[in-house]
Parts: sequence; structure tokens; C-alpha cells
Amino acid sequence: MLFKTLINHPADWMQGAGPHSEIVMTSRVRLARNLRGFPFPGYSQEHQRHELLKLARPSVDALPEMKDGYSEDYAKLSKIRKQVLVERHLVSREHAARANGCAVVVDRKQNLSIMINEEDHFRIQGIRPGLNLRSAWQLVDKVDTELEAALPYAYDEKLGYLTACPTNLGTGMRASVMLHLPALALTDQINPVIKAVGKIGLAVRGLYGEGTEALGNLFQISNQHTLGEKESEIISQIEKVIERVISSENNARQKLVEDNPTMLNDQVGRAFAILRYAHILTSKEALNLLSMLRLGADLDLVPNCDRSLLDMLLLEIQPAHLQLRAARELTPEERDVRRAEITRARLQSLNGPSNVSNNQPPPVAPAPETDDE
Amino acid sequence: MKCDVCENEATVFLTQIINGQMTTVNLCDACSKAKGVTDETGFGLAEAFLSQPAPASDSAAVCKACGFTAAQLKKIGRMGCPECYSAFRDGLDGLLKAMHKGTRHIGKTPRIIASEGHLRGNLSQLREELAHAVRDERYEDAARLKNEIASLQEKLDAAQKPLESNT
Repeated sequence: MLFKTLINHPADWMQGAGPHSEIVMTSRVRLARNLRGFPFPGYSQEHQRHELLKLARPSVDALPEMKDGYSEDYAKLSKIRKQVLVERHLVSREHAARANGCAVVVDRKQNLSIMINEEDHFRIQGIRPGLNLRSAWQLVDKVDTELEAALPYAYDEKLGYLTACPTNLGTGMRASVMLHLPALALTDQINPVIKAVGKIGLAVRGLYGEGTEALGNLFQISNQHTLGEKESEIISQIEKVIERVISSENNARQKLVEDNPTMLNDQVGRAFAILRYAHILTSKEALNLLSMLRLGADLDLVPNCDRSLLDMLLLEIQPAHLQLRAARELTPEERDVRRAEITRARLQSLNGPSNVSNNQPPPVAPAPETDDE
Repeated sequence: MKCDVCENEATVFLTQIINGQMTTVNLCDACSKAKGVTDETGFGLAEAFLSQPAPASDSAAVCKACGFTAAQLKKIGRMGCPECYSAFRDGLDGLLKAMHKGTRHIGKTPRIIASEGHLRGNLSQLREELAHAVRDERYEDAARLKNEIASLQEKLDAAQKPLESNT
């Protein structure tokens, strides 16, 4: 499959159909795996990485799941294309920053990606829409079992799968869920929730992983412990926590509707107006406004607003996606103009929020004679 | 417990291995924030607070397979190759205890290793460890070992199934 084909086809998870998809954007599970007899990528010479790639890539390409998939050597990928893959969550930022001796293989439906020579020799990732960690786990588990039959994994009976960083030892599994929590943010309840989640050994991060800002009220929650627990136990624990966060967010949304409808309508209305008519949009502003519009769509305040339209737009307005479309590098200022252009076009079909006040007769104008007095 | 920097009550406890020795740093909320202790991996953080002279023999330890040194491990917090886990085994348990729920893997096992012979060997070793733990009245260890034995037995049962169906 060509890069163009990959980019022109939205992945399953971008269509926003999954359990709790009004709050949970995606569920991802990744496995860190390494081969015996090779130094980890961070400590290897370039020729060793090429050697590993030569040995391993045919096995990855030959996976039945990867039939008609996309497979590319990083030496042949431009910076912008790599960044597009990051924005689609198909590769990590760390992997995109590497060059020689790295490759990525993505399945046709973009549910599965395998990074070769990331921090570990393999990072196998499954991604599903909504809260669906189990399905993501089943996907990567199957692929992992197929790969282990073909390649000599580095495994220790006591320590489990050996990884470059001891924080990934054992299962080598990181399960993470991307959540949209606008109501908790609007009602200033987000920090206690983040703190509580952190206390039970889970990590909370921003949109693009470690060290990134929580733009657009998007948060990732993932496990930190990988050793001493079974994969299914780790997933169950995260599911339990996520279900509680979902119910907190739902309660906060309900409370906004009941106690503060004017503020809510104002936020959604402003978000729509700016997104629909602005000519300059920074990434931060766009993401935060789209978050409000998505909340409005979830609460049926914006008629005919399909959530997947907004989720696709969220991707389209990312820096590398904009530059790919323009077929050249753009300055941040140029990007802001193009971002606004695309946003205006995509929102053209919407009628805007149906605020309560729209359905009521306008206030009666004062009679002229009273004015004359 | 008091904070190592000021006199307040410590709420953040960092444990890491420096030159093969377990080092613990206790910090209060304010000091942990001031020192930027937010990195979940916690590597290299203890050095920000404690200057500990390295025993010459430890920092000279080298992985025979890849040439990675203990000094490099200390600096980057990652291993050089899979064999490094044997080369730098000393003190690893303490580090793993601080980092994870346990120090022994109980999750997925590659099929080739999940074979019967492997599992039986492990099982008898664990049973021996359990007997020692009970004898020494280390009941927490015993409880942990019992769980491990149960999960291993489960794996053994699972590994036997396809064998039976094949015959």
C-alpha cells in the first residue's frame, strides 16, 4: 500500500464508533519486544540496526495481518510524512525522530502498527475506537505469538520480556486510553481526578504522550507497572478506573446542563462561531474550541454534528497533515491560515448550535410611546 | 519520615540503584516539586540530592555481550542489550520493587518456554522457595510465592492441553 492510500483512508478508530465513544476516543495496547543477540536500538551501531531490520522485517511484512499493508524504511520517509504518522498515532514521536535502520509496518485498516528499532527492537501497537482495550490486546497478542514463532525473542523466566528500559520489563505492555473530558475541565474537577488516577499507579498524559500538554481536554491514561501482574489484570484495573472517570465526566456534563445551561450554550456557541468564521487559527485555539464543539455535539446542542466529522478535522488540522496537503513546509503563520480555511470548509454544512433562546420568541421591543416620555 | 532536603514530612519516596546499591531519597511535596521530580522512571534523580562516591569495582562492571558499562547504565537508565540484565543483576530487585508491582513476571510466556519441561522445573524451584519462606516465617514472601505457584500451575495445565489433543 502506498503512503497516499494510507493517508486517504480514515482508520477504523477515526470513525469514532466504539463503547463510550462520546468520551473515550481510542484504546491502545502496545507491546515492547526484543531479539536475543542484538544490542537494544539506543545502544547499537547503525550497521547492527540494519542487520536486525534485514532479519526481522520480512517476518513482520509476512504477518497475515499485514497483508496489503503499508511498510516503509525510515530512510525513504520525509520528515513531514513521519510526522503525519505520529499525528495518526501510528508511530511514536521518539520513533519518528530516528532515521537510519528503522521501519514501520501498518495494517490496511490502520488498527495495527509495528515499529522496528524504536527504543526496543519492536513496538507492536493495536488501536481501537472507544473503550476497547481487550480487543486491542487480542490483536497485538495474536501478532506477537505469530512473531515469536519466527524470531528469537529475548525472554527471561523471572523478568519476562527483556526491554531496553527496566520500566517495561515483564509483560512489556502499555495499555492506554484517550479520553475527552471537557465537562470535568469546565467545572474545575479535572485536577483531583488526575491526582486520584496517579495515586493508584496509572499515568496521565497529554495528547501525544509523555511530556505533552493536555490540549483540547484530551487525556491519556495508561499503566506504569508492567512486571508482577498479568496482562488481563492490568487491563481490568485500567478499565475499572476509566469507567469511574467516564461516570464523573457524565455527571459533570449533566450538572452543566442542569445548573449552568447559559454558560454551556455560550461556550459551545462561541466555539462554533470562531471555528466557522475565523481566518487565523492556532493549533491550541482550534483544539480547545473543537473540544467545546464536540461537547455540544455530544449533548445534542449542535444539530446534525457528526462526532467523526470533528475527530477527522482534529487530525486534518495538525501541523504535518496541513503541510502534507500543501505539499511543502509551511511556517506556523501559514499553517494557522490554512487551518482556519479547512475548518471553515468542514463546518459549512452545520447550522450551528440550537440554543434554547433560538427556540423562544425574541424579546418584545418596547413600545415607542414609552420611549418618548 | 522527614524530607531529606527540609524538615517537612516526606510524601515522595524515590528508590533507585546507584552503582549496584539501593538508595532511597525521601522528599516532601514542595521539595519534590521544586526539584522537578516528575519523571516516572526516576532515573538519575537521586544524584540530584545525594552525592555518593562510587565503589570502584561496581562502576567498572561491564556486560560481556555488548560492552555496556555500569556507569552508562547509571547515566541513561537503560540497558545496552538483553544480556545486560544478567551482567547487572545485583541490586536489580530493589530497583524493580520500586518500579513495579512485583519482581517476577507472571504474564504471557512465549510458547517455546511455556513447554512442560520448563514449567515443571520452575514449579519445583518455587515450591522449594516456599518451604524456605514458611520455615523462616516470612509469610509475606510465602503468600507471594503461593500465588506464583498457582499461576504457574495454571500455565502448566494450559500447556498440557494442546499436547493431549495432539496425540
